[in-house]
Amino acid sequence: MKKEFIITVYSENHIGLLTRITIVFTRRKINIESLTVSESAIKGIYKFTIVIKETEAQTQKVVNQLEKLIDVLKAFYHTNEEMIYQEIALYKVPIEPIYESDAIEKIVRKAGARILEITKDYVVIERTGHKEETQALFEELNKFHVMQFIRSGRVAITRDPIERLSEFLKERDAFLDSLD
Amino acid sequence: MTTKRVTGSEALILSLLEEGVDTIFGYPGGAIMPVYDALYDYDKRVNHILTRHEQGAIHGAQGYARVTGKAGVCFATSGPGATNLMTGIADAMIDSTPLVCITGQVASPLLGTDAFQESDILGMSIPVTKWNYQVTSPDEIPQAIAQAFYIANTGRPGPVLIDLTKDAQFGELDFEYKKCTKIRSYVPETPVDPHAVKEAVDLIDAAKKPLILFGHGIIIGRAEQELKEFIEKTGIPAAWTIMGLSALPTDHPLNVGMLGMHGNYGPNVLTNEADLIIAVGMRFDDRVTGKVSEYAKKAKIIHIEIDPAEINKIIKVNVKVLGDSKKALKMLTYNAKENKHEDWLNEFKKCAEIEQEKVINRDLHPVKPGLTMGEVIRLASEKSNHDAILVTDVGQHQMIAQRYFKFKHSRSNVTSGGLGTMGFCLPASMGAQIGAPDRKVIAVIGDGGFQMTIQELGTIAQNKLPVKIILLNNNFLGMVRQWQQLFFEKRYSFTELQNPDFIMIGKGFGIDGHKVDKREDLESSVQKMMDHDGPYLLEVVIEKEDNVFPMVPTGASVSDVILEP
Ligand SMILES: Cc1ncc(C[n+]2csc(CCOP(=O)(O)OP(=O)(O)O)c2C)c(N)n1
Ligand SMILES: [Mg+2]
Repeated sequence: MKKEFIITVYSENHIGLLTRITIVFTRRKINIESLTVSESAIKGIYKFTIVIKETEAQTQKVVNQLEKLIDVLKAFYHTNEEMIYQEIALYKVPIEPIYESDAIEKIVRKAGARILEITKDYVVIERTGHKEETQALFEELNKFHVMQFIRSGRVAITRDPIERLSEFLKERDAFLDSLD
Repeated sequence: MTTKRVTGSEALILSLLEEGVDTIFGYPGGAIMPVYDALYDYDKRVNHILTRHEQGAIHGAQGYARVTGKAGVCFATSGPGATNLMTGIADAMIDSTPLVCITGQVASPLLGTDAFQESDILGMSIPVTKWNYQVTSPDEIPQAIAQAFYIANTGRPGPVLIDLTKDAQFGELDFEYKKCTKIRSYVPETPVDPHAVKEAVDLIDAAKKPLILFGHGIIIGRAEQELKEFIEKTGIPAAWTIMGLSALPTDHPLNVGMLGMHGNYGPNVLTNEADLIIAVGMRFDDRVTGKVSEYAKKAKIIHIEIDPAEINKIIKVNVKVLGDSKKALKMLTYNAKENKHEDWLNEFKKCAEIEQEKVINRDLHPVKPGLTMGEVIRLASEKSNHDAILVTDVGQHQMIAQRYFKFKHSRSNVTSGGLGTMGFCLPASMGAQIGAPDRKVIAVIGDGGFQMTIQELGTIAQNKLPVKIILLNNNFLGMVRQWQQLFFEKRYSFTELQNPDFIMIGKGFGIDGHKVDKREDLESSVQKMMDHDGPYLLEVVIEKEDNVFPMVPTGASVSDVILEP
């Protein structure tokens, strides 16, 4: 059965690695639902957060192939339940309806969203949450004709108490030293 | 450490020398000219083989790598030079062959501008390289080369490509070389886990019908002796993939033959009778497994493998033993009980007798008028005392050669296994001859594949490489024709060839040869070729519509192997 998995990849920062990583998916005809890349807490190490809908068996194989890449330090996969994750969405809404009633204000309060900028033509609203939540807000706001809408890729953090990466790096260094 | 002020190009050559490179296969062009200019001063210390096509250079490097176990090195210019390497890179990737490919590239300010002969070789080669890297500054060169060799040679080997921009070749640096011994993000092999060994040994000691399947991992891991000791202590029969061929002498009593589509009857059928499969350094390719859902259903599976991504990729395993095949087999042998499996071995013998009668006699000792590929291979093997290096192309002749050529020594079978690259043989045979100058190298090629890289006859002649070329001419793209006959109602769509006078072509390149089409002349012809001083082309006219059997049709289970049409 296919379901959502969050794959986390820690890597060295090398040009071309993003292509190497995405090819692991495209070659197997797996669609990437969301992809976020940024520097991790440790300088020089990058973190990819990739969301796919797949069977667990196939996800495991993909993670094995990712770890095989020379510049990849470590890859994990998790179910949604095992992680805390967020996406951020921005909505540009025309200003008129705000003058006319408090409907939008109520929607924003209820959703726990916030207003980032107000101009004479539009307001920009921000909401973080799961896709269903940011989508629901879109549906509500779109009654007033959302002018622009953008949602980010997913960022996620494990529920584990320990920071895995630094532990892992310590182990890896010790292991490589033991090979000398 | 002393440093020396040199150009990037010279630094490249010095780095290669530091890595012990003695041979480079290559082809020059604009974007790699500074490197070739530097090479001019080093022609006493490194042997550069000028091929006739970049595909020839890379297959040459592959042949060299396969017989020596050292990374093969090739040079090509940017654009078309680099793209001509691509087939060989893909071939080396799927057959785990260590290569370091150096391509020239346009100067870095021109990158991305569609400059003359610019192609994005880095992007193009990503899916088919173990690693690749573009060098745009001269001082990156020593480290990039050091990493390239380390990555190509360690763990599961593979091809690496370094793209050198022209300004990096021209620029200067203070040369200093340090070999690479580790990379933080790369673990070439994991130490063998004694618990896994214990679990494996329990299964091995308890098994009544165990079967070993070994592949390239035995040769790459130099584990031939360990494999022999393991099977001799445990009495377990061993079957091979074509990539594993020659790792165990043909006449070893526990060598039960070839797996897969055109493999031997016994190992295919009995895979589905075995109660334990011990797979070592092989990856359950579909040409080996046939229908996966009906594969080895009665067996528990132990997989000994250096690449963790191979575990459970095709076949679910009961015990995985990750790590180096040599170390793992040593531990298994030490811990496993001495054993004999005579009844089980007898089943292989019975199958071998059936195959002998139905297939092998007809192939090797035919009574019909037309010559068979099998009798030619038998003679070539005999006349070289079963001690030659066999290099083959792809097709019917390849399968026949894998089935009937005999081996005494490892690293003696060079073939394109995973990619099935026609045109591989001729250039690979010259690389094999350069890598093993004291051994007889026999190239077995079909009339189709010969014409894909036939220009390398020029390289063979120029370098006086004494390769013995056996052209098995059936006037057909035989393997495709066989499938058309068996599965497409004999509709021979574009598989018949109008062939040239191959002997005249050989002579044009300065290579002696002759053509034989009669059985009474065959033995003396093979002998003449073997005795010839220098390269020789022997064309043998083969029965046009012979087929290779046994055969596991695509999608069928290995136990549904067909012995005759
Ligand atoms: C580059 C490439 N193109 C196409 C094929 C498909 N193919 C596999 S075997 C074969 C026929 C080979 O003919 P020949 O070289 O005459 O050998 P034979 O089978 O007749 O012994 C072909 C076309 C291939 N393996 N490689
Ligand atoms: Mg042919």
